[in-house]
Amino acid sequence: MKKKFAVMAIAGAALCMAAMPVCAEEDLITVGYAQVGHESDWRTANTQNYQDVFSEEAGYSLDLVDCDNDNAAQLEAVRTFINKEMDYIIIAPIQSAGWDTVLQEAQDAGIPVIIADREIEADASLYDAWVGTNTKNEGITAGNWLAEYLGDKDANILVIEGSVGASATIGRTDGFNEVAADHENWKVLDSQSGDFTQAGGQEVMESFIKSYEGQFNVVICQNDNEAYGAMDAMDAAGITYGVDGDVTLISFDATHDGLQYTLDGKINCDVECNPIQAETVKGVIEKMQAGEEYEATTLVEDQAFVAPGITSEYATTMTDEVLAGRAY
Amino acid sequence: MSSIKKLTQKRLFLPIFSMILVMLLNVVYDTATGGAPLSFFMISIKNGVLYGRLIDILNRGSEIAILAIGMTLVVSASGGTDISVGSVMSLYAGVCCLILAGYGNVNVQQYAHPLLVGIGVGLLVTLICGIFNGFLVAYMNIQPMVATLILWSAGRAIGLLLCNSQIVYVRVPSFQKLGAYCGIIPTPIIVAAVCVAIAALVLRFTALGTYIQSVGINKRASRIAGFNSAKIILMCYAICGLCAGLAGMVATSRIYSADTNNIGLNMELDAILSVALGGNSLGGGKFSLAGSIIGAYTIQAITTTLYALGVSSAQAPVFKAVVVIIIVVIQAEPAKAFFKKLTKKSGKEAARA
Repeated sequence: MKKKFAVMAIAGAALCMAAMPVCAEEDLITVGYAQVGHESDWRTANTQNYQDVFSEEAGYSLDLVDCDNDNAAQLEAVRTFINKEMDYIIIAPIQSAGWDTVLQEAQDAGIPVIIADREIEADASLYDAWVGTNTKNEGITAGNWLAEYLGDKDANILVIEGSVGASATIGRTDGFNEVAADHENWKVLDSQSGDFTQAGGQEVMESFIKSYEGQFNVVICQNDNEAYGAMDAMDAAGITYGVDGDVTLISFDATHDGLQYTLDGKINCDVECNPIQAETVKGVIEKMQAGEEYEATTLVEDQAFVAPGITSEYATTMTDEVLAGRAY
Repeated sequence: MSSIKKLTQKRLFLPIFSMILVMLLNVVYDTATGGAPLSFFMISIKNGVLYGRLIDILNRGSEIAILAIGMTLVVSASGGTDISVGSVMSLYAGVCCLILAGYGNVNVQQYAHPLLVGIGVGLLVTLICGIFNGFLVAYMNIQPMVATLILWSAGRAIGLLLCNSQIVYVRVPSFQKLGAYCGIIPTPIIVAAVCVAIAALVLRFTALGTYIQSVGINKRASRIAGFNSAKIILMCYAICGLCAGLAGMVATSRIYSADTNNIGLNMELDAILSVALGGNSLGGGKFSLAGSIIGAYTIQAITTTLYALGVSSAQAPVFKAVVVIIIVVIQAEPAKAFFKKLTKKSGKEAARA
């Protein structure tokens, strides 16, 4: 008797637990987000942004899985979303290839998939929408800003690239070169990899200074860490940079430290790679939900920030308030 | 004629010859592009500090040179390599910056603990790493590469954990000093010079060098002869760990931060290569510390040359590989024998004429 009762109680509890989410989430839209991991401040800000936007107050129930940069874990997370019959699945792919099977499974289950943040190598028919930033646009923004800033002046440019083959390196280089090609008085003197590190930026800049002594007036670093290294090397050689200096310094990423240097006038222009993407994703989902037409690919606006004293149509001028208001 | 022959038969002839060859590339390039032929070798004082490519080589090569000291001893005594040194450098960075900044802080303007405590504890941890490696190799008889593989993967990971996977900045001038300038000379050059000098003096004025070589040539025979072989091997690994810590100290101070993801990345390979370029056998036994040090600066000379020539970053590794192959091949025994034969022949012909 006792045993029977216990079994019944457990079964009852299990039933309740199974039923509960259904009761609670009756009118909530369930969204599964397979996040890359938490490897940087940027990623943390991206996660926070999704949690803020897809809140229960807004009518969503967000299931966010931190996949810790593990490709297999991410595939597993997406399969779990399919089994749970989520309304929408968002994937920030860790690896660009190898998604065909699982995307097909989602499609068979009739769950719309939105690819976020990174590129994916799968047939466009297998997913429903793509939302993210474009590193090439970041390069173009940097180029446009430089053109606006220099006017008709000549530009002799040194580039400290990121890691060879990284998508950010390729995009930022291509974008900037596209703009540079339109300016006959711009010359890229040299372009070397600093591996996205401060030590790399330092060493490459040290060498650039010797090879092109007195010949350059623009230095472009493809992330903030390289810019710190380049600044160290220029300090040591007595070369002035930034707003009051001889060399115009452009950087990418717009991390908190990078923007602090921009505010101090040491970096002229810092182009951001925007982690605040959830609103745009939500916009797409709302359109899907209403059965309206939606864009298959949506670019999230990247901003650029310039040092105090510079005004630009492409960028925001840094102030203490801008820095304090940053999400990361 | 005989004086040239004597010169070419000196043990350090080929390593030095290789280094000069690498630097000559710059002379050829500068002349070809219409620059001053010797601009690569110019040293001047700019902005109150020494300035020039040669200074860059000496400065940037400091870490590899310091690592080469420890690696030479390890190779000689155990006939194996310590592949954990790059990772241990990163571990030093993590420990040192954790202590100086305090846990959880990523950007500090002042020390949480005195500088010497940070450096001291950091070096102590790396010394313990070295002893751990040495214990596994000497007393557990584990193959050196396998034994040091543990810290190769764990060292960097522990460093990352200590720093919460973030780059910890210690923006205090006295911390940067070790990676910046002391008077007009870059401090890393001084650190490397002191390390090399101490190692050279110890090897010169004690019998340690002889012990190490003897253990490297035949461990059992040395033990029978009365040496504590295991202890000597353990000591070599401990020194190697300490050297990794010192190299980490320089690398960390340069960027005044613990970039644990990147500090010392792949540097174990440069250290092993510098031992090989110095004409030392990786099979252990006889060694030349001077050769390794020259090898270390040769590696840096190649890197600096590639920057100076403007070789694109995508092609640089290939170029570097070609240069290394040439240097290694001309030092190989068959190649040496071939050159000897060649010079003998030409010598005979000259005599006949």
